[in-house]
Amino acid sequence: MQDALKGLLRRHGLIVAFMVFLAGVALNTDAFLSAGNILDVLRQVSITGMMAVGVTFVVLTGRLDLSVGSMLTLLTVIVVDQHNQSGPLMAMIITLAAGCALGAINGVLVGYIGLNSLIVTLAMLSFLQGLVLFYSGGSNVNITNAQDTWFAVFGRASLFGIPVPVVMFLAAAAVAAFVLKFTTFGRQIYGVGGNETASVFSGIDSRRAVFWTYVISGLTTGLAAIIMGSRVMGAQNTIGQGYELTVLAGIILGGTSLLGGSGSIGRTVLGIAMLGFIQNGLLLLGFPYYVQWLVTWAVIIIAVWIDLGAKRGRIFA
Amino acid sequence: MTDATTTSSQSTSPFGSVIQWLLRNHIWVFLALTIVVFSLASPYFLTVKNMSNILTQGAFIGILAIGMTMVMIDGEIDLSVGAILALACALSIGLQPVIGSWPAVFVGLLSGAALGFVNGTLVALSGMHSFIVTLGALIGIRGLVFVYTGENALMVEDFAYTEIAEVYLGPLSLTAMLFIALALFFQWILSSTRHGRETYAVGDNIEAAHDAGINVKRHKIINFTLCGTLAAVCGILLSMRLGTAEPNAGKVWELWTIIAVVLGGTRLQGGYGSMWMTIGGVFTLAVLRNGLRLLNTPNYVELMVMGAVLILALVLDKALNHRGDH
Repeated sequence: MQDALKGLLRRHGLIVAFMVFLAGVALNTDAFLSAGNILDVLRQVSITGMMAVGVTFVVLTGRLDLSVGSMLTLLTVIVVDQHNQSGPLMAMIITLAAGCALGAINGVLVGYIGLNSLIVTLAMLSFLQGLVLFYSGGSNVNITNAQDTWFAVFGRASLFGIPVPVVMFLAAAAVAAFVLKFTTFGRQIYGVGGNETASVFSGIDSRRAVFWTYVISGLTTGLAAIIMGSRVMGAQNTIGQGYELTVLAGIILGGTSLLGGSGSIGRTVLGIAMLGFIQNGLLLLGFPYYVQWLVTWAVIIIAVWIDLGAKRGRIFA
Repeated sequence: MTDATTTSSQSTSPFGSVIQWLLRNHIWVFLALTIVVFSLASPYFLTVKNMSNILTQGAFIGILAIGMTMVMIDGEIDLSVGAILALACALSIGLQPVIGSWPAVFVGLLSGAALGFVNGTLVALSGMHSFIVTLGALIGIRGLVFVYTGENALMVEDFAYTEIAEVYLGPLSLTAMLFIALALFFQWILSSTRHGRETYAVGDNIEAAHDAGINVKRHKIINFTLCGTLAAVCGILLSMRLGTAEPNAGKVWELWTIIAVVLGGTRLQGGYGSMWMTIGGVFTLAVLRNGLRLLNTPNYVELMVMGAVLILALVLDKALNHRGDH
């Protein structure tokens, strides 16, 4: 019995700790574990979650993508602006295509040319922020016929009582999990992240695999931009600033290794949901807004340390 | 390895050694080029007043970049410098009515050193990647700043405080002087002290460094503490220059700092780099920003040029050195 408990803690320590946290907050507030509140939290994390699904592919190969925050801003501006100019359907097609194209640029620079992913995507962060200001001329854009466009579905409607962005996020996560688990491409990604040299010698085109992970990251950022644009019905020039860090924090919290090769979409969904419930729980308990950032700091350090310690078999390096 | 390079550069003619130095520090060639281009493009660029401006503007990112260079040669990274800067800035202004100016400045410095120490200790003890540790710290410390300032900008009450940084030696402001002095001091540490040699050794091959008897953990803690302290110095100088402490001060400065250091040629993988390179990178960034503004280009050009230059620098570095990195 005791051994079983130890094993459970070692393998699923994060989930157990999360449950304890949920129970703690639930005992002190009435609203926390109500269906309405849970759906609210999921709706709030659906944008970062959608992005995190794509970025997980990149992280699994041992690379980083810091450009997704700026990319979200640019794509949201594009989807809103194009909605006014060429209608909702065209706007969405253009946005998704632009997301894939921007991801492909990252993919060529990191995958095929072999440049350092942190710096390339950092440069893209700056470049895309510039492109946003160039595209929008520095002013905010708004959807003009906000009251009567079906585009509102993605951010504001519900399907069988579940908000559409949550459905989109979970559907994307399910597809991504399937691709990673059951396709050749998925196994290639784990191969490249686990040991790149070995994967190349096994006949995997690692450059191509890395390239496509960035395209996927761009695609999910495009989907996130559609949710964002539909929910806000407009876009400021800084709407996605800092999202890249929240996304990475969620992925890391879930336990996906930045070194690549280890992690999963399920872990990312869990990490992102944890961030959301921590934020929501602390607010319901009456803490000031920014206390959640302090708690996030502590939770990231503790979660990753425990995860690492369990793998290593001892706490200290 | 260091010995081999020095002997080979001594054996060639003075002219040859200059060429060699420039090849290793190609950022200075690029800096000279940008200065020439902007001088031709704008009559206001190459003036004493403007040069003095560039030195002061560059010095803030520069002071952060010194600490970042130490950490990066170690093969680590510190994403929390912008947040540490903001906390030091807020403490040094917020505590003034309570304990007086200089004690407040001291507490600000101490906060930076302490947070750097925490980062370093966590990296050394847990074996986590510094990217994760300092990403957490970036979020948490920024939260701390918002909680401490009550989400408002703090104003300095005694305006004598803002005069402190207004000391000029010719065209050099106190901030610029401090940056140059610190950069030279840390270059001396890197090239002429045991700690400096150990920094390269740890960054180059951490296991070999450990086997050679270097206390790698203590070494990393020292460098993270230095990086945090320098971030606090930058924050205090900023509080003197602005007279206010915004909770969002220094936001995304960690990214500019990394850009400056990498542009200089210091490698993210560790084991390679110098303060000379970082000074070159810092001033290149400052000249680009200043020059583009003098030419009346819109804000977005600056952001796009920075991104393009950074990628270009990476591509050139790869093409010239044939050293791939991931």
